[in-house]
Amino acid sequence: MSQVTPKSNYSGPVVVDPLTRIEGHLRIEVEVKDGVVSEARSCGTLFRGLENILVGRDPRDAQHFTQRTCGVCTYTHALASTRALEDAMGIELPANATHIRNIMLGMLFAHDHIVHFYHLHALDFVDAAAAVNADVKKTAELAKSISKKPTSEKELQEVKEKVAKLVESGQLGPFSNAYFLGGHPSYYLTPEQNLLAVAHYLEALKIQVKVARAMAIFGSKNPHPQTLIAGGVTCYNSLEKEPLKQFEELYNETLTFIENTLIPDVLLVGGAYKDWTKIGGGAVNYLSFGEFPAPGKERDLNSRWFKPGLVKNRDLSKVYDVDFSKIDEHVRHSWYEGETARHPYEGETKPKFTKIGDTDRYSWLKAPRYDGMVIETGPLASMVVAYAQGHKETKEVIDFVLNALGLQASDLFSTLGRTAARAAECLIITRQVKVWFEELKKNIAKGDTKICVNADVPESGKGVGVVNAPRGGLSHWIVIEDSKIKNFQLVVPSTWNLGPRDAKGNMSAVEESLIGTPIADPKRPVEILRTVHSFDPCMACSVHVIDNETNTSRDFRIL
Amino acid sequence: MRFSIGLGKDGVEERLEQNGVSRRDFLKFCSAVAVAMGLAPSMAPSVAKALTQGKRPVVVYLHNAECTGCSEALLRTYQPFLDAILFDTISLEYHETIMQASGEMAEKSLEEAINHPDGFICLVEGAIPTADDGTFGTIAGHTMYDNCKKILPKAKAVVAIGTCAAYGGVQAADPNPTGAKGINECFEELGVKAINIAGCPPNPLNMVGALVALLQGKDVELDDNGRPLMFFGETVHDQCERLPHFEAGEFAPSFDSEEAKKGWCLYELGCKGPSTYNNCPKVLFNEVGWPVKGGHPCIGCSEPNFWDDLSPFYES
Repeated sequence: MSQVTPKSNYSGPVVVDPLTRIEGHLRIEVEVKDGVVSEARSCGTLFRGLENILVGRDPRDAQHFTQRTCGVCTYTHALASTRALEDAMGIELPANATHIRNIMLGMLFAHDHIVHFYHLHALDFVDAAAAVNADVKKTAELAKSISKKPTSEKELQEVKEKVAKLVESGQLGPFSNAYFLGGHPSYYLTPEQNLLAVAHYLEALKIQVKVARAMAIFGSKNPHPQTLIAGGVTCYNSLEKEPLKQFEELYNETLTFIENTLIPDVLLVGGAYKDWTKIGGGAVNYLSFGEFPAPGKERDLNSRWFKPGLVKNRDLSKVYDVDFSKIDEHVRHSWYEGETARHPYEGETKPKFTKIGDTDRYSWLKAPRYDGMVIETGPLASMVVAYAQGHKETKEVIDFVLNALGLQASDLFSTLGRTAARAAECLIITRQVKVWFEELKKNIAKGDTKICVNADVPESGKGVGVVNAPRGGLSHWIVIEDSKIKNFQLVVPSTWNLGPRDAKGNMSAVEESLIGTPIADPKRPVEILRTVHSFDPCMACSVHVIDNETNTSRDFRIL
Repeated sequence: MRFSIGLGKDGVEERLEQNGVSRRDFLKFCSAVAVAMGLAPSMAPSVAKALTQGKRPVVVYLHNAECTGCSEALLRTYQPFLDAILFDTISLEYHETIMQASGEMAEKSLEEAINHPDGFICLVEGAIPTADDGTFGTIAGHTMYDNCKKILPKAKAVVAIGTCAAYGGVQAADPNPTGAKGINECFEELGVKAINIAGCPPNPLNMVGALVALLQGKDVELDDNGRPLMFFGETVHDQCERLPHFEAGEFAPSFDSEEAKKGWCLYELGCKGPSTYNNCPKVLFNEVGWPVKGGHPCIGCSEPNFWDDLSPFYES
């Protein structure tokens, strides 16, 4: 490891609030001892209470409410709610409905992961202001050496001038008071690497518009697409020749960007920051729900292209089945009354705020545990589980990334590994979208344009909808009585990753991953951002009432 | 992080051209904004002028109880260069989703922006939790209520971005566990009068259109719900491409029906187009669609309290 991670000799607290470039509101409190993080607390600082609002409503309306859980994870909650209702209805879908849903979810992964890397995460590694010192000719040579995409000196020169003018103006907009201004020892890239990354940051802003548009061809809009119904999808208009052609063009552009720009850039950053394969590992257990059902088999988790699974203690030689009855939720360190852990469906939630800065009860998030274990979910977990299962496409891409960086599979369990896994997942899923799209086109060509079935809300029933979202395993649980929602629960990826300690005092995945992190400048703790951002936190999603006094159903079917 | 193309000085169009954005493309975009504003496409040059004026006003974007969908919508603007335009037009000094700085450095940026000698425009996303002294939502240790109370009265103009900031939105639906409220309801007595760009999320062209109007120094004419009439003056129903079917009495009886396939009216399936004021059919989302075009009823997302007043969203 050539790079030595810089650290200070600072001892004392560091608080990052607001932690920016995430979805929602997050506060991170750490204790630093001799320049190294020795204690960490992850605090969700917003509570909205959406589950309470759902009680008594029409079950078909749930997807619209839950979709507003998050505008970044847009669609995933609508899909989970719709699948939960379909489970309660006990219906099967037409093949085209599943194809279209898979295509939409696949394009969401592409969008989400591109925006995350460039717009939410890259500035933890890239000193954008240092791009002004780059040699344009050398940058063009660098570009050529890492990607087959042509990059002209002229365009790089323009980007460089743009940055120079911005910095000179003193009105820095989103860079105002940026951690890297004036130099920062924890930023390692050369000026040329910085310039290339900035150029691609700008390009990604344009590409992401097109990725979202591709999804909106089937979803009618993005964010918050509105073509799902229990029974399938409603977008008959998208089956015409013209929109299909437009989708294909946008899709091709997306895939080209991922292959020729995103992956090379992640390898570029990874190559420079290899010390971050030894930092930020955190939890040792990885949970994935699997995703992308076979045509028409929405409710059959085992039909999925990625299979559900659990890897324990970082042991890639065995993958365990997922058993939902093993989930407990702790509130001992959350802003709720209570001491003991309960299954989500036996839990109770009585909000009881103490204060900001309390070290005992410090978050609106609960602390979910699986069989008592601290769990990480999300792209790293999905890749680890799929890799351990021998999923062909995953093995191919992960091995390519590891070889390119000269790393071992065990290096994945780190901040850099998490970021690399997200890029790999982006590529693997986006490639597969083509397969579903071709199947859809084939069906349409055969005259099969069935995209939904009519389905009635049952008088009573219950169901679960399971989605592997860009941030990890998501499940929605519904109980219906008198054709209304009696109980509705969301168990959300970022709650696993970013919750507080459990009743035994075990830290959450993000808290554990921060321990041991060197801090070079406590006023500008970019190292904290680097690891927290590698989880891609989504805080609006993760704060949830799991049960409440008026909502006493315990009667959930356990998978 | 988005870069200013040229610091808001003259010659923006030339610089856009250098970036592969032709004057023709730029005016095409301005026509779209003009149409969203209810102006004739021929007003594009005037829109272009407002977007490329010399000074870059300071803009502060606040997040409260929300899902970030409105920020995401803004990111999806339908011409790739809109970000460049936005950052050539305004100086976005505080936006938690995109700014590099966190923690104390972010707070410093906010303080500097709201004390800028030329003043600032404030865009607000999300509702204000007011129950339990506002403790359901805090940023940097302050409640969202206190933050907004401090900042909004100082702003030259306040724009509520989305239905949550405008009226409380999804978290304010019954039984409103956190006492969530919209900006005007919360701070009217402090002299705050926000322009409401309603929608869940709003169409980004309506956000940009409002900004253009502010930059042009125009009086924005509002309806009773604080929404600019230029975007929200007509019902979705009256602008709907399926209106002829409504008038002919041609309704889809279910989603899986020949009538639905043929694109007949969705009124009998629960469409809220007749009670919803917005320009979705005219402006479109992502340049390609809007819910009714996609075969799904309108849920009325730009109306105050639509989560309660217009639900259930489906007819049996």
